[in-house]
Amino acid sequence: MIEAELSRSVQRWLPGATGVTGAAKLSGGASQETWRFDVTHPDGVIGAILRRSPKGYGAAPTRAAGLAAEAQLMQLAFEAGVPSPRVMHVLTPEDDLGTGFIMQRIEGETIARKILRDQEYAAARPLLARQIGSVLAGLHKLPQDKLPELRSRSATQEISEFERDYRSLNWPKPVFELALRWLRDHDPGPSTETTLVHGDFRNGNLIIGADGIRAVLDWELAHLGDPMEDLGWVCVNSWRFGEIDKPVGGFGSREELFAGYEAAGRKCDPARVKFWEVMGTLRWGIMCGGMMQRFREGPDHSMERAMIGRRASETEIDLLRLLAPRGG
Amino acid sequence: MQDEPTPIELTRAVADFLRSDITPLISGHQAFKLRVAVNILDLVTRQLAQEAGSDAAELERLRALLGADGTVTELNRTLAERIAKGDVDLATPGLAEHLWATTMAKLAVDQPNYASYKRELGRDG
Repeated sequence: MIEAELSRSVQRWLPGATGVTGAAKLSGGASQETWRFDVTHPDGVIGAILRRSPKGYGAAPTRAAGLAAEAQLMQLAFEAGVPSPRVMHVLTPEDDLGTGFIMQRIEGETIARKILRDQEYAAARPLLARQIGSVLAGLHKLPQDKLPELRSRSATQEISEFERDYRSLNWPKPVFELALRWLRDHDPGPSTETTLVHGDFRNGNLIIGADGIRAVLDWELAHLGDPMEDLGWVCVNSWRFGEIDKPVGGFGSREELFAGYEAAGRKCDPARVKFWEVMGTLRWGIMCGGMMQRFREGPDHSMERAMIGRRASETEIDLLRLLAPRGG
Repeated sequence: MQDEPTPIELTRAVADFLRSDITPLISGHQAFKLRVAVNILDLVTRQLAQEAGSDAAELERLRALLGADGTVTELNRTLAERIAKGDVDLATPGLAEHLWATTMAKLAVDQPNYASYKRELGRDG
């Protein structure tokens, strides 16, 4: 039935479009959904993706930038040559599809384990750490006067926010306490420059093809802040999917990441990157706790969510490996 | 005292049944959910087998570290508070060893295939 609404929508704004076929939901919780579909067009079928909050779910969660901002950022990125889908249409009330946007569908793989194991990506893998550096540099150079309104967060504010989230869980974890102390003691202070920060740039949120990075997805946590945050987050061990000796998404070394970033004309600060890697590891650990809480309180009483609570210990061992490494 | 079979034996029997008899019959998203379910039962089995021993060892370490008595839950909370206040840190003798031992015991139940855990286990051996 969503096909009827999509069909009416595309015919309004895409000259020549006659309808849509093959609508299928790819993912979605109660408040946000992703659909794939094909637009029928005399020049050939156009693959498309719908990202939307269904009607009645307008409000974005506190940390999220919102779908309108996400659409604007993806379009800006596309225009600046940062791999990104082209935004085709931002939903309006007359589309009757809720709030969100429609973008061009880019073929490729997003599942991290496949990207790390499948033969198809074997040639691309050794190039990806450096490529991630250059894509992040492009992203951090996006013109600030064209950005939508975004929240702005310093390292100090982030530490306080995560501490509050953690304390609200009432889930005493000595390793998390140790990490919070470390973060306060190593808070690098305000960044000399503030840029757009993607906020969730990692293996799993990239479309990869045999030729490398084709698109950066999931801009919902975009904000203004320290650009080194993105470089630290992409190194968090949870996103290496077992390839623990290749810090950048399981693909390669920090040196390759930094080289790609600096070749694109931006400077790295390895101490800040390490700070944000510790912060990111703790952040994912606290998020695991948040999922456990939502499982307990409902409405999502799923086994998957319950099991994510048991993944917090993965971040504890990774925090210990960062802060209290053993042996050589 | 409760009768036998033990909870470990019962949980393992259910996990084996789901794994061997039901898995071949199911596909798609339900197969994914079934795999999660089997993983949960395996985790519960590991916890039932290991928890008493690891909690006793943790409690022993906490008593020595804090010079206080209580349950493992209470002393864990006390340790968290003392780290938060800065009374205890990595320079405190025994803290790093305690956190490592406690965390390794958790991973042995939660995610024994996690790569960081396997690497650190190699160091212990």
